[in-house]
Amino acid sequence: MQASLAGAIDCDLHPPLPGVTGLLPHLSAYWRDQITNRYIDKLPFQLSSYPATSPLSARPDWRPAPGQKAGPEPIRTHVLDRWGLGLAILNPLHGAVALFNNDMAAALCSAVNDWVAKELLDAEPRLRASILLPVHDVELSLREIERLAPDRRFVQALFLAMGEAPLGRRVNWPLFAACQKHGLAVGIHAGSTYRHAPTYAGWPSYRVEDYVAQSGAFETQLLSLIAEGVFQTYPKLKVVLMESGLTWLPHFLWRTGKTWRGTRPEVPWVDRAPAEIVRENVRFTLQPVDAPRGEPEVLARVMEHLGSDNLILFSTDYPHWQFDGEEVLPAGLGRTTIKKMLVENALDTYLRLREGAAGERALSEETVP
Amino acid sequence: MSRRVLAKVSEVKPGAPKIVTAMGRQIGLFNVGGEYFALANRCPHMGAELCKGWIVGLVQSDAPGEYRVTRPGEFLRCPWHGWEFDIKTGQSWCDPKSVKARNFKVQVEPGSELVKGPYVAETFPVTVEEDYLVIDL
Repeated sequence: MQASLAGAIDCDLHPPLPGVTGLLPHLSAYWRDQITNRYIDKLPFQLSSYPATSPLSARPDWRPAPGQKAGPEPIRTHVLDRWGLGLAILNPLHGAVALFNNDMAAALCSAVNDWVAKELLDAEPRLRASILLPVHDVELSLREIERLAPDRRFVQALFLAMGEAPLGRRVNWPLFAACQKHGLAVGIHAGSTYRHAPTYAGWPSYRVEDYVAQSGAFETQLLSLIAEGVFQTYPKLKVVLMESGLTWLPHFLWRTGKTWRGTRPEVPWVDRAPAEIVRENVRFTLQPVDAPRGEPEVLARVMEHLGSDNLILFSTDYPHWQFDGEEVLPAGLGRTTIKKMLVENALDTYLRLREGAAGERALSEETVP
Repeated sequence: MSRRVLAKVSEVKPGAPKIVTAMGRQIGLFNVGGEYFALANRCPHMGAELCKGWIVGLVQSDAPGEYRVTRPGEFLRCPWHGWEFDIKTGQSWCDPKSVKARNFKVQVEPGSELVKGPYVAETFPVTVEEDYLVIDL
């Protein structure tokens, strides 16, 4: 018997997005002209990490009907009403973030964000969203965060697991400073902008390699954020790894902690064991669960190693095909873990979620330095 | 328990510990700014000869990119895996509560007192002219 999901907060779901034509009303005259006169208004602008036709990219019963207009309806029916969820955080995965033209990337990201606000957030008060960022340009990303931060329905800044350089680098710190200041979480989602091969060894041949290699990228990003001292500099910052899986975490933390003990003087600002930092500042969305479904003791053991009920945030990963039917909660999680995962952990991670429904009461900025 | 005379004070210089054997175990004697300390010559991690490691200060930081070396000569880095130990307490820096090198209380005694006995001198005669490092084992 599955625990009730009523009132739960889904921390990772992906809205259907319009084609570029649908974004035109949200673009400036210059970019409307560029997009149409360069004949790129019919391009899908999909991230290669999530090809639309791949079975993984959408559960069969969650696939949009041909010609269906992008909007809030499928999310309501398939997720919000189905399980009686309280809130859901949209992570728009759009190919704009991978463009090499940073100005065009920024214009399209802004257009996607404005489309999400108008077509989804305005239409459905249970929805919140991440801010899609032109991640390869810090200044333009910062501008987008500052532009949207006053809209309290945006609760997170969105990055991909694989970009141009490790995220912890100081060049990105203005973004972390802005997120801490505005009470936004930093979300790192699986996916690549393909600036580099998606594996350490070089370009793989098959999609299975690309997909499995993602967890290695998450390890690298987490290590970068720890080693560079991001959490000492921005102690209130919450980083959420999305679609990262979780079972790699115990051995990653053990190895990182062990190596830190002997190399600590190289990074003396890392003033406590990396596992402690992760327990305080880093969270993980639930789906896809990377543990065998028929052996709940595996997941139970992982949770025992991690030693905290605060780490997991409930997610459906809609519409990606991670589970069938109603089986969104894996066996092997304890009662307390599930209870905290469904609501409390999300409220502690996304400070803005405590502010109530969209626009109803815009509280003052979180009082973080 | 017996009092054991381990070395002449003059043999243990700052930055140059002396490793002695007492009751079959190796003990490193350290001079930190004129104070004397003794640690078992065995790292609690994997059993390396801890007292043959590097004598260092403690690197600390107030923010990423800022480095401070404090307490020079007060820390010992294990020669195998680099774990740092506070010479004065034996405590590791990475996990001071659970990872600790065995330490012994060292006393400086003038030979003129020691010759009155009782004591055990490991390998050398005690004379009234010298000061000695003594522990209770």
